[in-house]
Amino acid sequence: MGLKKTLLAAAVAAAVGGTAHAQISDGVIKIGVLNDMSGLYADIAGPGSVVAARMAVEDFGAAKKGMKVEIVSADHQNKPDVGSAVVRQWYDVDKVDAVFDVPTSSVALAVSEITRQKGKAFLVSGAATADLTGKACSPNTIHWTYDTWMLANGTGNAIVKTGGDTWFFITADYAFGHALERDTEAVVLKSGGKVLGKVRHPFPGTDFSSFLLQAQASKAKIIGLANAGGDTINSIKQAAEFGIVKGGQHLAGLLVFITDIHGLGLETAQGLIFTETFYWDLNDQTRAFTKRFAAANGGKYPSMVQAGVYSSVLHYLKAIEAAKTDDGTKVIAKMKELPTDDPLFGKGRVRQDGRKIHPAYLVEVKKPSESKGPYDYYKILATIPAEQAFRPEKEGGCPLVK
Amino acid sequence: MDTIFGVPTQALFGQLLIGLINGSFYALLSLGLAVIFGLLNIINFTHGAQYMMGAFCAWFLLNKLGVGYWWALAIAPVAVGAFGVLIERLMIRHLYQLDHLYGLLLTFGLALIIQGLFRNEFGSAGLPYQVPAELAGGQNLGFMFLPKYRAWVIVASLVVCMATWFVIEKTKLGSYLRAGTENPQLVQAFGVNVPRMITLTYGFGVGLAALAGVMAAPIYQVNPLMGGDLIIVVFAVVVIGGMGSILGAILTGFGLGVIEGLTKVFYPEASNTVIFIVMAIVLMIKPAGLFGTQK
Repeated sequence: MGLKKTLLAAAVAAAVGGTAHAQISDGVIKIGVLNDMSGLYADIAGPGSVVAARMAVEDFGAAKKGMKVEIVSADHQNKPDVGSAVVRQWYDVDKVDAVFDVPTSSVALAVSEITRQKGKAFLVSGAATADLTGKACSPNTIHWTYDTWMLANGTGNAIVKTGGDTWFFITADYAFGHALERDTEAVVLKSGGKVLGKVRHPFPGTDFSSFLLQAQASKAKIIGLANAGGDTINSIKQAAEFGIVKGGQHLAGLLVFITDIHGLGLETAQGLIFTETFYWDLNDQTRAFTKRFAAANGGKYPSMVQAGVYSSVLHYLKAIEAAKTDDGTKVIAKMKELPTDDPLFGKGRVRQDGRKIHPAYLVEVKKPSESKGPYDYYKILATIPAEQAFRPEKEGGCPLVK
Repeated sequence: MDTIFGVPTQALFGQLLIGLINGSFYALLSLGLAVIFGLLNIINFTHGAQYMMGAFCAWFLLNKLGVGYWWALAIAPVAVGAFGVLIERLMIRHLYQLDHLYGLLLTFGLALIIQGLFRNEFGSAGLPYQVPAELAGGQNLGFMFLPKYRAWVIVASLVVCMATWFVIEKTKLGSYLRAGTENPQLVQAFGVNVPRMITLTYGFGVGLAALAGVMAAPIYQVNPLMGGDLIIVVFAVVVIGGMGSILGAILTGFGLGVIEGLTKVFYPEASNTVIFIVMAIVLMIKPAGLFGTQK
C-alpha cells in the first residue's frame, strides 16, 4: 500500500565507553538494512534481516572492541523510486555508511548506482540479478548471497541433465525475472535443450492459472518459474490445482526459499528441485545460529537472504577493523582483500567484480513422510564448489575485471 | 487448428473460462462494496482486509478446531460479519453525517492496521489451505482441464450474487433498505428501526467479503496481503459498474474478469493495467459508471 512508511529506526548501540576510532565518520558505524518489510518478500528478507544484522554486530563483538555500531532499517516496498529516496536520505542526512540486503533487483540496481556516486558501501543479499557483478558492477558494491547466473547454472543444468530439455518460462515482468529467464535460457540452450515459449506476468501477481494454461498448451516438459516469493508460491499451488504435474509436466522453481516451502506445505511442494546457498541443517554451526535466530525472529527460521545479511555484516565490520576507516570505497576494497570466513557460508572470498563466492547446494524438497517436522524440508542432492557455482569473472563483462 | 489472432481457439476458450472464474471473485467482492456504498454511503476500504479475515477464519477453523470447508463457508461470514457490526457500531456510524472522505480514511486506516497485525503474526508467505476432498481433482473439457473447485466457485458466486440482487431489488426487506437510505426519517416514522437495519446491512456486506475469502483460500495462499492486492481492482470494478449499483457490480465483475483473462493471452504485461484503462474510458463516456444513475 502506498502510504508513507515510517522509518523504523532500530538502534542497536554497542559500546558506550571506549574511544572511537578517529577515522570512523562521526564515531559511529551506521548500517542501513533496506528491504521489503511488508510485501511479498517480507518473509524472505524483511524484519528477519534486521535480526540477522543485529546478531552479526553482537557476534563481531563490536562493543568489546570499542566500536559503536548502529542499525537503521526501512521498507522500500519493492519500488525503485521509494528505495532511492530512502537511500539518498540515509547517505545525505542520516550519515549511513553502508546499505545491506535490498531484495528486488530493480531497487538494488538503483541503490548500487547511488552508492557509487556517494562513495559509500552496498552489500547486496536479497537481490538476484547477476548484472550487479556484470555490466552494472561497481567498486562500491558486493553481491553476497546468490545470483541469477548461479541459480540458472545449478538448477537449469541439473534438470536438463535428467532429460528436461524443453522449457516454457513464466517470468515476473521486471529486472529480476528478465535476468533469471535470460540466464536460465542460456544454460538450457547450451546444454542442448529448447525453449518453447515464455510469458511475462505483472509483478506482483495473484492468479497464474492463465499463464499455467499457456504453459500447459506449449507441451514443454519443464515449466520454469522465473519469479519469487508469493508469486512462486501461488504458481506452484495453482499448477497442482490444474493437474499440471500429474499431466506429466514438471515445475522448476528457479528461485525458491525455505520460507516459500514453509508456506506451501510439503504436500504441495514435495519433489521440487532448486538451488540455495544456505540451509539451516548443514552442520552444527548453522544449527546453532538458527536456534538463536529463530528465538529472536518469532520462531521463523532464516532464509539464505537473512543468513547472507549476517555474513556480510560480519565481514564488513572485520574489514573496517582492518582498514581502520569506514570510507565506503576503501572498506569494499579491504573486503575483497580479506578472505571471508563465517559459521554460515564457511570459507570464501570476494572477487574483483564484487561477487562473493561460496558453495551452492542443489536440494530436493522432502516428501511429508520423510520430514521430521517444521523446517525439515530439504535433501541435499549435490554441493556445487564455490569456484564453479558462480559465473566466471571474465564472462560477466564487468569493467573492474582486468 | 483454428486460430484467432494467432491464438488457438481452444486455448482461447480456456482463457475465457479462467476469466469468468476470476470474475466471480471480483463480482462477489464488488457486490459487498456496492451494497455497503449503495445503502450506507460508506466507501469501505476495509473490504480487502475483511476478505483476508474470512480466509484466515477458514484456516483457523480447519487447523485449530478441525472444522472443514463447508462449515467454514457458513461460520466465517457470520464471524467476520459480527466483527463488521462491531466496527459499524463503534466507529463508522459516527461518520454518516460527514463527507465520504472521512469514512474512506477510517476504513483505509483500519485495513492497514488489520493487515499489519496479521502480517506480524503470520508473515507474508501465507498459510496453506487444501481444496476440500469433495471438490479435489477436475474434469478434462477437451480444450482445458477444469478443476472441480473452480467450477464450484463460478456456480456459488453466481447463486450468491443473484440471491443478493433479488433480496435487495425485489423483496419487501429490500424495499425498506432502499427507502431507508433515501429518507431515513420517513422510514423511521413508519416504525422501522433504521440504525439497526443499517448496522446489519454493513455486517452483511462484510460477510460477503468473508465468504469470498473462504472461497479464495484453497486457490490462493491464505495470506495477510491477499486482500490488499485485490481491493484496488475491485474498486475499479465498482466504479465502472456505477457506485452503488448492485447489478452493475455483478455484471462488471464477471465482464472485467473476462477482459483481464484475454489480456493475459494477447499482452500479458498489461493484464493488471487493463482494468484501469477500461475505467478511464468508461468514466470519460459515462461519468456515473455503466449502470449508475446521476444524482
